[in-house]
Amino acid sequence: MIKTSPLLSANTFCGFFRVLCAVLLGCLALNAHAEDSVTIDVIGTGADRIPIIIPVFENESSLPHPVSDIVRADLERSGAFQLVDIGPLSLPESRTPDLAAMKARGAHMALAASVRPSSDGGRYEIRFRLFNVQKPEREADIGGMMLFMPPAQHRLIAHRIADFIYEKILHIPGCFATRIAYVAKIGARYELQIADSDGVNAQPALRSAEPIISPAWSPDGQRLAYVSFEARKPIVYVHALATGQRQVLANFKGSNSAPAWAPDGSRLAVVLTKDGLSQLYTINANGSGVRRLTTSSGIDTEPAWSPDGQWIYFTSDRSGGPQIYRIAANGGNAERVTFEGAYNVTPRPSPDGKKLTFITRNEGRFQLAILDLASRQRMILNPEAARDESPSFAPNSNMILYATENGGKGVLETVSVDGGVKQRLSIQAADVREPAWGPLLK
Amino acid sequence: MKKLLLPALLTTALAACSSDPATNASVGDNVDGNNNKVESVNVQPNAGGRSTSPELSGLSQGSVYFDYDSFVIRAEGRPVINSNARYLNQNRGTKVLIQGNTDERGSHEYNLALGQKRANAVRQALKLLGVRDEQVEAVSLGKEKPRCFEVSESCYAQNRRGDFNYQ
Repeated sequence: MIKTSPLLSANTFCGFFRVLCAVLLGCLALNAHAEDSVTIDVIGTGADRIPIIIPVFENESSLPHPVSDIVRADLERSGAFQLVDIGPLSLPESRTPDLAAMKARGAHMALAASVRPSSDGGRYEIRFRLFNVQKPEREADIGGMMLFMPPAQHRLIAHRIADFIYEKILHIPGCFATRIAYVAKIGARYELQIADSDGVNAQPALRSAEPIISPAWSPDGQRLAYVSFEARKPIVYVHALATGQRQVLANFKGSNSAPAWAPDGSRLAVVLTKDGLSQLYTINANGSGVRRLTTSSGIDTEPAWSPDGQWIYFTSDRSGGPQIYRIAANGGNAERVTFEGAYNVTPRPSPDGKKLTFITRNEGRFQLAILDLASRQRMILNPEAARDESPSFAPNSNMILYATENGGKGVLETVSVDGGVKQRLSIQAADVREPAWGPLLK
Repeated sequence: MKKLLLPALLTTALAACSSDPATNASVGDNVDGNNNKVESVNVQPNAGGRSTSPELSGLSQGSVYFDYDSFVIRAEGRPVINSNARYLNQNRGTKVLIQGNTDERGSHEYNLALGQKRANAVRQALKLLGVRDEQVEAVSLGKEKPRCFEVSESCYAQNRRGDFNYQ
């Protein structure tokens, strides 16, 4: 299904026009065929999106599951590319495609890719090369790769191909082959689920009859910290995904919540009420060495570390309504970060340290906002939204994953940081919330 | 199994690659799905506790309600506080968990902190009536355990409350 969004309001600093390119529409229709529950909103001219041809791979029909449509969906969702459709034509990896013809179709980039059965049997060999069709033929080949694919890993392979293309062209890492965590409500039960970055391949890590909130990935991507209410009060756990081993990180008298890993993984910031109201503390990853970080007479919560580990951003009502502040990770005086609006919560700095995303209340509506930390410019990413919450940056800082509501149910969406491309993830569970985007794995 | 195959596959891949006339080729690592293994865990909730002590049931519903964005115990909440305080003072070995709750508006964690303010207000009121600190634990369930699920002010009002949970 394709849905177009109304014009972004005038408060966006980019001043987008809404134009949908006919070629792009054609590609989206093709994608929609493969994943018909996916909704993509494209807002803006697409002028800064790179036109790229991702054809059907040569011999792709021999695969049990197609791969190229997943690559296309990834690139489209990132907001950095505009797909140029060439129909059912494939471009074999073994020879240079007709660059002039590709260029004539409006493409700047084209992928040539082929599938062969692997000699070890059962697996497939996927070879691909990326061409800059605007260059002369001898300079057009900008790199390629060969991957061995067990049939069951077709989605991971597709995400890796998309990552390769993204990085070769944009010179920043792609993060399609990463994982996300979120909480699904299934009847009266809660499940902490782990899925691919596009919301597919969900696996339950934890099932509980009581709520689970605030999942936070360890920097090594192997563990999640979260808050579980299974003992009638909020307790922070650290959970190793591969083994299912769980440890209590913080269970002090009162509430224990809002875990946030330091970038080096050695300790976490948490919120405890053992000394009264909700305040920030740091605690070693093994549960030892708890140390109070803030001392205010109100609420201090929702900590998030800056990527250099120097600062902790947090929400505080010390000035009345909730606003965002930051404090040096080893303590000191807090400084206020947000001044616009009476309700700003859930600060999350981008992994590149340049931006801050958070939720702002705007005439009773909760909306996803992004602040450029250098220029102090603020943009509301979803001016139409009423119930956006729990933002989480992609590890390459170019997209934000967040929860919102549709028809009374929680859904997850991604938006490019310029607000240009928004997509709802096609997650199987009907009611989901509290997303967290996992790290890039080396 | 996959791990054992890796060296052989890499050799094959490198051989294939060296015969490739194209430049810039790189060989991807083998895809090992074990990196993404997730072991599922089921947790059983701890024995539920009773929302109201047997002696108190019938006397009140055991809940104290709050106005929007407020942590002040209203006059109609006083009898609930008083009866619970009397019960706790007569039963010094008894412990109670005060669970603060909020309506659904706003972030999960900020609401958890707001619910804590309500639970602390109830704890403070009990303390003023002589209940000992060690008998009371004030915690928050934030917006996670609503009693009413509709999007309406009357529903929100039912969710802004403190509950007494006897152990």
